[in-house]
Amino acid sequence: MASTAPVEVDRPTGERDVEPDVPWVVIVWNDPINLMSYVVWVFQKLFGYSREKATKLMLDVHHKGKAVVSHGTREKCEHDVARLHAHGLWATMQRDR
Amino acid sequence: MRGPRIRRTRGGGFALRLPAAERELLRAVPAELRRLLTEGDPTADPALRRLFPPASLDDEGLRAEFERLTRDELLAGRLAAAETMARTADAERLSEDELLAWLGTVNDVRLVLGTRLDVTEETSFEDFAALPPDDERVRMYALYAYLTVLEDQMVEALAG
Repeated sequence: MASTAPVEVDRPTGERDVEPDVPWVVIVWNDPINLMSYVVWVFQKLFGYSREKATKLMLDVHHKGKAVVSHGTREKCEHDVARLHAHGLWATMQRDR
Repeated sequence: MRGPRIRRTRGGGFALRLPAAERELLRAVPAELRRLLTEGDPTADPALRRLFPPASLDDEGLRAEFERLTRDELLAGRLAAAETMARTADAERLSEDELLAWLGTVNDVRLVLGTRLDVTEETSFEDFAALPPDDERVRMYALYAYLTVLEDQMVEALAG
């Protein structure tokens, strides 16, 4: 680390990290209960995806254990996760890196 | 039973064709969900945790904030859907919003039953065949399997 780096100012703990350039992703995880037909329908309804795209995502979840289903700002991803939870899907969000 | 239980009608709604025994089963479903949502312990009950999963795998702060922002609304939505299904439990026709409420409640109860029974993608009736017929798990799995068939038909009617 170069010694000429500017002095870092401590941020109060608990404050949101400000990283506007790092987008967030929403991940849906596989579970043994939700029906494949239902998951396809939820992806179409919530995100407006075509039947083909929704089916591909559902199959990714089913075979690979998870799939990224949407991305964007932290607020958008929180909204998407809440809608997925309202529909009983197991969804989480994280920074895309 | 032959043919779908639910089909879309020309008027934009949905017609239900359910035998009396199925109606009887379904009448108890919203009450069961309401009881869990209002009386269950969200910190100790895995079935409730399944309905309100954490929004992050590893970020405690995000989890807590998400829960604070969304919990009440998610709970209110589930209760409202159960209320709608209870009110229309004997209806022969449902509006799209009413069918969506049925679908949400049926899926929530499947999640609860499936979590309690610890089902996997391979679970079948055979796994419960050795249990005595009055075992609670036999009844729960029978309801779970029935709701699975019903939900699949609901999705087909909505998507078609």
